[in-house]
Amino acid sequence: MLGLMRRVSMSGSIPTSMLRQSLQRILPGLAILERGYSTLGKEMTVREALNSALDEEMSADPKVFLMGEEVGEYQGAYKITKGLLEKYGPERVLDTPITEAGFTGIGVGAAYYGLRPVVEFMTFNFSMQAIDHIINSAAKMNYMSAGNISVPIVFRGPNGAAAGVSSQHSQCYGAWYAHVPGLKVLSPYSSEDARGLLKAAIRDPDPVVFLENEILYGQSFPISDEVLDSSFCLPIGKAKIEREGKDVTITAFSKMVGYALQAAEVLSKEGISAEVINLRSLRPLDRAAINASVRKTTRLVTVEEGFPQHGIGAEICASVVEESFEYLDAPVERIAGADVPMPYAANLERLAVPQVDNIVNAVKRACFRSVPVAAAA
Amino acid sequence: MAMLSRLASRSSHLGRTLLLPRSLCCSTGGRHFASSAGDEGPTFTVETSVPFVGHRCEPPSREVETTAKELMGFFRDMSLMRRMEIAADALYKAKLIRGFCHLYDGQEAVAVGMEAAITRKDAIITAYRDHCIFLSRGGNLVETFAELMGRRAGCSNGKGGSMHFYKKEGGFFGGHGIVGAQVPLGCGLAFAQKYLREETVTFAMYGDGAANQGQLFEALNISALWDLPAILICENNHYGMGTAEWRAAKSPAYYKRGDYVPGLKVDGMDAFAVKQACKFAKEHALKNGPIILEMDTYRYHGHSMSDPGSTYRTRDEISNVRQERDPIERVRKLILLHDLASVAELKDIEKEIRKEVDNAIAEAKESPLPDPSELFTDIFVKGCGTEVYGVERKENKILI
Repeated sequence: MLGLMRRVSMSGSIPTSMLRQSLQRILPGLAILERGYSTLGKEMTVREALNSALDEEMSADPKVFLMGEEVGEYQGAYKITKGLLEKYGPERVLDTPITEAGFTGIGVGAAYYGLRPVVEFMTFNFSMQAIDHIINSAAKMNYMSAGNISVPIVFRGPNGAAAGVSSQHSQCYGAWYAHVPGLKVLSPYSSEDARGLLKAAIRDPDPVVFLENEILYGQSFPISDEVLDSSFCLPIGKAKIEREGKDVTITAFSKMVGYALQAAEVLSKEGISAEVINLRSLRPLDRAAINASVRKTTRLVTVEEGFPQHGIGAEICASVVEESFEYLDAPVERIAGADVPMPYAANLERLAVPQVDNIVNAVKRACFRSVPVAAAA
Repeated sequence: MAMLSRLASRSSHLGRTLLLPRSLCCSTGGRHFASSAGDEGPTFTVETSVPFVGHRCEPPSREVETTAKELMGFFRDMSLMRRMEIAADALYKAKLIRGFCHLYDGQEAVAVGMEAAITRKDAIITAYRDHCIFLSRGGNLVETFAELMGRRAGCSNGKGGSMHFYKKEGGFFGGHGIVGAQVPLGCGLAFAQKYLREETVTFAMYGDGAANQGQLFEALNISALWDLPAILICENNHYGMGTAEWRAAKSPAYYKRGDYVPGLKVDGMDAFAVKQACKFAKEHALKNGPIILEMDTYRYHGHSMSDPGSTYRTRDEISNVRQERDPIERVRKLILLHDLASVAELKDIEKEIRKEVDNAIAEAKESPLPDPSELFTDIFVKGCGTEVYGVERKENKILI
């Protein structure tokens, strides 16, 4: 568990012991489930959550099949599909050649016919090779055909920065895909998210882009019996309040939810109560939840790992300014990756992605609690 | 150019035919594309214009079985397609059809020959030159013209347009605007057919322009590895938009471009050659996986209605093909040769078809444009109760 924690604290500045304590304090807040979470204290990594979701959905519906590079015999490049080839056989778990345009097109065609493919991109950086099929062949089809041909497909894989993989392997595609009408775009944080959203995505009749995170795969979260049930599903288009607060709203998705929660913990010691919203769904975006929260707190900080311009935070800020202008007591703040291709050197890489401190600073600015920095020369 | 000389050397395309006892004229009033229930009329054999050329396979015989009913059906179906496309040309010039309009006249034999060899459970997917394939898969004239004019009664409710006709229940999967994309999609349809053990095949159609697309080779590689029942049909009309095949392809022998995948070169202006080849390909694909059929065909119109089609080819070339290789004329000659109908009777059929097309256009014109609320329909199959915005976000927002 600590080894996994170490991987999570990419920045290295938070000791794993403190991280563990923070998480343990946060975790009760995570599991606000109807039945409360089991006192058995079950835990599950995000990897296990995704694997079990795939397993259960393949078991429930013979039309569900997996395709992608290394998903079968290699057990998955990140072991997400481990054991599934053995269980379901090579007709349903297909290793593809390294040809994204070709195999994604084949997946979409199979979905046209009525099968339910789950196409894995080893990372979403490679999805750009297939993006014409995701957008023109999948997203727009139901509309252009006036409902004659629907596309019940899931495109899944790790998204965003990993560690030290440099510019071509580190981009976040949340804003790219969430821009497109006809797609549903989901991004889980916790194991509960991973299970519930992936199951919902596979069952959904529309094309879903499912943005995971490599660093989160090994992270463990407590999990209730309800979440473990094979019928468990989360609604698409609904955000989750991970931590309630009253002074500021912090929105985040995927790995940044963890950072936002850590920032909230730091801030609580300084008397600032932050509400952390785990978006879960980038499209549709839960504007209702975000605006309701901002109307309560009057301040907004958006957090994302990807490039800032025209990003997820930009849309959230616009929505809040449009819908809740009179409620804002401070200008909206956006925390995002630096507007540069991801560098390799460890110190530059650290400067290129948001750290917990950056979120804390942004919240303080929104609360008019920080000393203004002298203007740059 | 090599192309022109090849056309000039076409000799009589009727070839030998084996005559059976003189038949009575088959009356073919009623629905077009009728299924083969009922009296087929006499059977006879027709020889294809030229032999097939095989790549890594033994080509099928030049002798093709047919019936009087089928032959008359070919005449009627191709004439209907021809008339429809010509009418679409007029509608486009009258500005009733907007945007893109890619016409198929000249290529009709590929559509009817293919349909004669397969069932509606087999799947067809093509690119944007799709009006006639839609018709052969069970589409009707009214929904075709209405869609072209962007009306409610269109097959895509007016929301697709010329390039986006679909009929899943008829095994027709569109209708795609991105050159080459339809080929991997078609291989995906074949994957599903194999997965579901349906013993059916998919015909993925593309042009000589699309034949150079990388994704085609990616999909073909996977299809060959996984033994998918995918039949790639290259409709080689010798021009990819305004660029002649010899300027775009280092090797314009498209039936050989599959390398390890077998191929067949077919006279695409001969409906019987097309039928024979497709029958052969279906049997092959169900047993051995993918195969490529190159249909040597020709389009009379330019690439689309914005292309006059005469800046990159000569008017002589076009009129030569019309004279020597026109698919409808070939069938007309066969009908007359076999005494299935007289010249006057065939003219009557053409008159009937003209009327049918005119009526369909009139009916399509009656259909209104879609209701403004249709802007927001069919984005998803299953909405999530969240907002979709119109241009003025504050004024125009609905929940789907």
